[in-house]
Amino acid sequence: MKTKHLILIILSTFTWLGLQAQTKMVFIKGGTFVPLYGTDSLPVKINDLYMDVYPVTNMQYLAFVKQHQKWQKNKVLRIFADQNYLMGWLNDTTLANNMNRMSPVTNISWYAAKAYCDCLDKRLPTVDEWEYVGMANDSIPDARLLKNYNTYILAWYEKPRSYKNTIGSTFKNYYGVYDMHGLVWEWTSDFNSILISGESRKDVDNDKNLFCGSGAVGANDLMDYAAFMRYALRGSLKANYAMRNLGFRCVSDVK
Amino acid sequence: MKSKKMKLLAAQLIWLPLFFSCNSNKVDSSLELDTALIPVTKTMEAELTAPPFVPAPVGNRAAMTLKVNMEIIEKEGTMTDGVTYNYWTFGGTVPGSFIRTRVGDEVEFTLSNHPDNKLPHNIDLHAVTGPGGGATSSFVAPGHHKMFKFKTLQPGIYVYHCATAPVGMHIANGMYGLILVEPEGGLPKVDKEYYIMQGDFYTEGKYGEPGLQAFDMTKAVEERADYVVFNGHVGALTGDNAITAKVGETVRLYVGNGGPNLTSSFHVIGEIFDKVKIEGGSEENHDVQTTLIPAGGATIVEFKVEVPGTFILVDHAIFRAFNKGALAMLKVEGKDNLIVYSGMVQEGIYHPEGGTIQSMPGEGAQAAVVDNKTKAERIESGQQIYMNTCFACHQASGEGVPNAFPPLAKSDYLNADIKRAIGIVVHGKTGKITVNGKAYNSVMTRQTLTDVEVADVLTYVYNSWDNNGTEVTPAMVTEVKSAH
Repeated sequence: MKTKHLILIILSTFTWLGLQAQTKMVFIKGGTFVPLYGTDSLPVKINDLYMDVYPVTNMQYLAFVKQHQKWQKNKVLRIFADQNYLMGWLNDTTLANNMNRMSPVTNISWYAAKAYCDCLDKRLPTVDEWEYVGMANDSIPDARLLKNYNTYILAWYEKPRSYKNTIGSTFKNYYGVYDMHGLVWEWTSDFNSILISGESRKDVDNDKNLFCGSGAVGANDLMDYAAFMRYALRGSLKANYAMRNLGFRCVSDVK
Repeated sequence: MKSKKMKLLAAQLIWLPLFFSCNSNKVDSSLELDTALIPVTKTMEAELTAPPFVPAPVGNRAAMTLKVNMEIIEKEGTMTDGVTYNYWTFGGTVPGSFIRTRVGDEVEFTLSNHPDNKLPHNIDLHAVTGPGGGATSSFVAPGHHKMFKFKTLQPGIYVYHCATAPVGMHIANGMYGLILVEPEGGLPKVDKEYYIMQGDFYTEGKYGEPGLQAFDMTKAVEERADYVVFNGHVGALTGDNAITAKVGETVRLYVGNGGPNLTSSFHVIGEIFDKVKIEGGSEENHDVQTTLIPAGGATIVEFKVEVPGTFILVDHAIFRAFNKGALAMLKVEGKDNLIVYSGMVQEGIYHPEGGTIQSMPGEGAQAAVVDNKTKAERIESGQQIYMNTCFACHQASGEGVPNAFPPLAKSDYLNADIKRAIGIVVHGKTGKITVNGKAYNSVMTRQTLTDVEVADVLTYVYNSWDNNGTEVTPAMVTEVKSAH
């Protein structure tokens, strides 16, 4: 009996590790850029890092909770994840029949996402790191001035139920990273570092960058619009929130 | 004992400002103070209605705790025939559900953001006295809800809207509606009440361009609206969807303007407003033809309908009505009153300058288009052209308008001569004709359509409403054109 347990644990540990081995990461060459928000529109420096090629999938997360019971649907503490956490799962260790195992895992809280990355000796990307990688299209590292790049993102905001799609179903960007836009929103480690009061007109005073897009016309403003929505979404979150359109991926530092 | 004293004291305090106001003529401000003190006793779930309907009047009820549950839904809907749009809505409709309260109500407002939605939203109600009109307290992520409370202090009709970044886009996608705060005892009783709200829309394709149309930020910033509509889409209040009344009834319209950009010159063709609550406030104007409704503003208009017929509601910035969709209908049934309106008594021709034909700019540049549509495809495309170009005069079922625009349905004149029909679309028509035994004498301008479009729309007309089923081809159109 005891040995059977032991074997199971060993086996599941291997599966868990095995799955993670599939999670490819790619090297992101650091640099500087000026984000939409940031400290006084100054360029932000990004260090070299590795980033997951895909968002974490349902299958990977399932393997994780099998291994780490305190993150299971019915065992998690409410302060770490609200009632939406893993909504739709049949039970602690079973996905719903209609859930695609290769879709990004969603209905995940920030705490849960962070624990997952920690467990692999990785971490969540910062807002700036995410935005830095996210400004690439398929051929250049900073496509923010291209109209079709921005309309692609804006069009995604209007498309329903894209969280059900399979990872890798959107474009592969300049760095070799998939699904930055067009699949799900993604958690960042410091998602709440830029405070949006919820009364976005008031924020005009807080940070005039927030509104620089609304005054004039041109690709620049479209760029702001596309990014704007991500910042607004992040501003509406709390760390224990779980949402149907919100997943995550991990990064790690270059040592 | 103690509580009695307190009540007395409170009563004196209430009187105090009223007393002072006798000298200062500022009765209003003292009333404002009063409304904040109106007590609430019971709790009630608010009835919310989709446009063009409104909930039951408050009548004599006391102020209450009123629970309002509003759900935000992002969904695809129809803008006009063949054109769809991703609307963001309060309660699933544009404009959002109508909220009806009375002065002194304490509203417990719960805003829920549907889990399938992509974006966070909030609500700013102009009836709220407080920072952001509620926006700060109601900022809510998808799959969550927020609750906040406010007391209605001043009577009036107020706009509510989403105020999440980018604010203009949220409003442009349909996130607005009206909340009514009735005075103590309710508004005077009327026979019919309706809820109408104007909005301007900015789409990637121009008016009528088929398919799912994305929001166009550049056009929105430049205020170049493709659609200006009542209640969210073209034809929301026309034909079978028209609002109705009977002769002799008094109609009250709650009319809002969501914007985001344009001010409405609201007018009902063939009616004069008996009463207009100017800008939705307490001031009342009488005998008004056209009233301005600013973006983010609303008004209440009332009029008694004296004669039967179809009354057209428009934004009298008139190209918006006939070219961008800002047109609604009020159908009134009942007996004629020939004293009030006689109908046509005499007719004749008057041509001081020799019957010029109006023409529109932008003709001539016609690309050679490959066209090998089947008859069915031609009819389908023709129907869209008809609804955009011909519908305003010839009406939805080709019935025309008596004494003004001849019918196309089962029309002897139309079926008798196909080349003549093509000629009229291409060159326009002025003067007297007889259709189905009735004489008409008006002007149809030449239409700026391509040969293919003329062929399609005529094929649609010939294959609808008991006409003879002719298929008109672009070649036939070209032939008629070159014959001139």
